[in-house]
Amino acid sequence: MRLLGSGLACFRGGRQVFSGLSFSVAAGEALVVLGPNGVGKSSLLRLVAGLVARSGGALSLEGGDPELTIGEQAHYLGHQDALKPSLTVDENLTFWSRYLGSGEGTQAPSAQAPVAQAPLAQAALTAVGLAGIAQLPAAYLSAGQRRRLSIARLIAIKRPIWLLDEPTAALDLAAQAQLAGFMGEHLAGGGLIVAAAHGPIGLPAAKELRLGGPQ
Amino acid sequence: MNPLAALFVRDFRLAVRVGGGALIGVLFFLIVVTLVPFAMGPDLALLARVGPAILWIGALLASLLTLDRLLAIDHEDGSLDLILTAQVTLELTVAVKAVAHWLTTGLPLVIATPLLGLLLNLDPMATGAVALTLLVGTPALTFIGLIGAAITVALRRGGLLVAVLVLPLTVPVLIFGVAASNAAIVGPVRFGTPFSILCGLALMSIVAGTFAAAAALRHAMD
Repeated sequence: MRLLGSGLACFRGGRQVFSGLSFSVAAGEALVVLGPNGVGKSSLLRLVAGLVARSGGALSLEGGDPELTIGEQAHYLGHQDALKPSLTVDENLTFWSRYLGSGEGTQAPSAQAPVAQAPLAQAALTAVGLAGIAQLPAAYLSAGQRRRLSIARLIAIKRPIWLLDEPTAALDLAAQAQLAGFMGEHLAGGGLIVAAAHGPIGLPAAKELRLGGPQ
Repeated sequence: MNPLAALFVRDFRLAVRVGGGALIGVLFFLIVVTLVPFAMGPDLALLARVGPAILWIGALLASLLTLDRLLAIDHEDGSLDLILTAQVTLELTVAVKAVAHWLTTGLPLVIATPLLGLLLNLDPMATGAVALTLLVGTPALTFIGLIGAAITVALRRGGLLVAVLVLPLTVPVLIFGVAASNAAIVGPVRFGTPFSILCGLALMSIVAGTFAAAAALRHAMD
């Protein structure tokens, strides 16, 4: 599996955010997008996820499921947590694992896959250390806990591409190390990661894509 | 659990829990309709004559009030981004959201109608007719509102704009809803004639609203 972008351009809010951007990430590789604020790191991730229209260039996924868009095979972890304050931690995660987990796509998930999702969500909660507060409404979570709950989503559902926008924001050192472990496992399992960051995020072997100043 | 069933359960839970919109619409409906007899005075004949229209206007305004909970709230917290990356047809997603929205905000209006009919001096037959037209008409209002909600989703606090966009589109539903209610009460047209047109409008709104809202969402993302 290989994610290829060539000559990508993005136009948002009447402004050329970036243009002529090319990269290539293979299975088991990570790409860290670096650059100052406002240079288009988040826009690039949203563009790959299909949440922002591409104004130029080509984006392709070799070895992916041809029936699905790239966004449908990717986890997008943005600045917003997509958590509902009135639902409990468990309800939030279980909803996303059911909704994102088994599509009507032709990936042909085995018949028992939907049944297995709820325990998988439990395991993911345990992995990020939130199992003890699974019944707490998400409104009472701290910023770091909300982030960990979002990260649990990445583990509960298997998707080959991870698009992470400043994944270590709000995380304490232990949780950052934990996230690095999750990312390492994902890469070892043949996944690929594109992450936007300002500093090291625990991926020493990652390729770097440096975006220039605003144009 | 099927992804769409999970979405339905989640939207239903959100609406009925603290901070959800389930009761807002029906309370607003109660207040608007209760105020009318105070404003018009105790003229029972007049109240009975304008009763169906008052109930319909109240239901229309109440259904507008909760439209920002349909999609804008999911856009604000980033849920809509994830919804767009799911392997689920967007048309089905918005339709399921609208159905859950109608069950929690539209159906309570229909259930409250018999009580409010008493306040407006409507006899049981007339109240039944209005309730029946609202039962058919409120899904149409929800799915027409879905279009407005999808078009304004990226705007912060687009609530008023939704009302301005949606209200003109609801005019046919309002006309035939009130016409069918009046036909049942005073005639001379048979109840079935305007009611059939109302049913047709509702079915058309469900189909058009679903596809238009999904198309608007696909183009609104930025």
